[in-house]
Amino acid sequence: MRALTWQGKHDVRVDTVPDPRIVNPRDAIIEVTATAICGSDLHLYDGVIPGLRPGDVLGHEFMGRVVETGPGSTLKPGQRVVVPFTISCGSCFFCAQGQFSACDNSNPVEAQEASELLYGHAMSGLFGYSHLTGGYPGGQAEYVRVPFSDVGPIVVPDGVPDEQVLFLSDILPTGWMAAENAQIQPGDSVAVWGCGPVGLFTVQSALLMGAEQVIAIDHHPNRLRLARDLGARVIDYRHSHVLEALLEMTGGIGPDAVIDAVGMESHGFAPDNLLDTAKQKVGIGVDRAHVLRMALLAVRKGGRVSVPGVYGGFADKFPLGALMEKGLQIRTGQTHVQKYGQDLLQRILEGQIDTTFLISHRLSLEDAATGYRNFRDNQDEWTKVVLNPR
Amino acid sequence: MPGQDRNARHRDLAVLACAAALSLGAGMLLWRRATGGHRSDDAPGRAARRLDFGGYQVVGRTVTIAAPRSAVHAPWRDPAQLNRIFGGGLKVRPLSEDRMAWILATPSGEIEVETRLVEERAGEILAWRSVDGSGIDVEAKLQLRDAPAGRGTEVEAHIAWRPPWGLPGHWAARLGGTDPGRLCRQALKRLKMLLETGEIATADNRRDS
Repeated sequence: MRALTWQGKHDVRVDTVPDPRIVNPRDAIIEVTATAICGSDLHLYDGVIPGLRPGDVLGHEFMGRVVETGPGSTLKPGQRVVVPFTISCGSCFFCAQGQFSACDNSNPVEAQEASELLYGHAMSGLFGYSHLTGGYPGGQAEYVRVPFSDVGPIVVPDGVPDEQVLFLSDILPTGWMAAENAQIQPGDSVAVWGCGPVGLFTVQSALLMGAEQVIAIDHHPNRLRLARDLGARVIDYRHSHVLEALLEMTGGIGPDAVIDAVGMESHGFAPDNLLDTAKQKVGIGVDRAHVLRMALLAVRKGGRVSVPGVYGGFADKFPLGALMEKGLQIRTGQTHVQKYGQDLLQRILEGQIDTTFLISHRLSLEDAATGYRNFRDNQDEWTKVVLNPR
Repeated sequence: MPGQDRNARHRDLAVLACAAALSLGAGMLLWRRATGGHRSDDAPGRAARRLDFGGYQVVGRTVTIAAPRSAVHAPWRDPAQLNRIFGGGLKVRPLSEDRMAWILATPSGEIEVETRLVEERAGEILAWRSVDGSGIDVEAKLQLRDAPAGRGTEVEAHIAWRPPWGLPGHWAARLGGTDPGRLCRQALKRLKMLLETGEIATADNRRDS
């Protein structure tokens, strides 16, 4: 089959690789009909996530048609499914509590030791996202082997276009959980850093959850326009001082909740970010945590901090004093996709949530490398890339 | 006489030294009794900072498995299941009802360890000890107990082994990935996967990959 493989920093190629087969009883094989490039794929493209190997198949946002099932799968050939990027067994202590992205049983034993050393505990398995999370071949391919197919995939009715439901695989539930983690109350002001796909879905979710105002922060005019179209007020950090603006736009109190939808590759001409960038370049630092630092300073006393943005390692100059002295609460984590799938599918089918507004480009899988390059280098125009294997 | 005086003085000093040593010893015994000896905390021995337990290395791991104790016990008496949960790093061959050969693949060739089951109580404990002349001197014990709040079974593995070349042998095994601590940790995790999900997770896209 054809699949997008990672070869090194800024080097991805579509190659021919062996077709997947059923390996475990609960597996299913999916023929991919639509897949997308995620903002977090750019962290892999930029080589800042540890644990990738040349030849790894990327992609964790995908959907398709079931072509083969193992004896333990509950899916049937021919069904259309969206596949969550988190691989979860559904029966361990964590899955039983709805903490699907903390699954104990989906990361192969041999791959667990690295994250145990780095994070203190083994991570769960994820599709197409480094060997720290299992090294599972991803969905930017013609076919994918989906483990625990009786737990993850969301069956979608025929007649609903792929593009309306594709983002149930990651970014829609990720934006939803980011807003949920901000514990929004009526009357709240919520600040969201980053108007990429996750940031935009976070804006949409926060408004649906009853936020009084959502303030979105970015520097790309087109992305800020998309946020404004959703109902957010916006701050362009190239034009305004963000901390001062947030204070002024919230009656001098500060936002009740702040959400970092940027993660480890912050932009901005700030001294801490320049130092982080230099450290990342020479390989002595992993995370550029400029946005998170700013968010901790911006949030009101006793406020809530939600972090859907991906971080991988260590950050210094971290305002621990603000976190403690202001009595902040912080919630974060990879998304528990399986927890939100059915509810969000229903909201899409009822027309409450539109997911297609952010798609800017549709390419064939063969052109995936072009998609990666432009999604990284021309972020204002390239807001979301959907790939079609056929 | 001066010589006798000197002898007497030496005798007195010796008596004093003995008394001092005895007092020190008694004091240390009382202190150890008061503090629980070298075990001044409740952590298991394998978490100790010291590396040497009379020439033995002590390793192990506790894992909680969402399954009843009987289900966690059974695979340890089934060679086919054991071979599955050791994932090829260690192979077992039954020799008799209570004797088993464990074949460890190392970079320098295979090492065979023959063990005898020395203790077994259903759903509570299993213990093996290597027989004389075995490739490695090792004792292994599994203790099973109910986990709190209905979370299943806590399995505590405790292994004491004597590395063939002492501490350097221990580090060589650790670097080569063949130390009993790692093998046991991985086996317990595979057992957990098998009992909780019915399968062992793999990222392989095909059986032949």
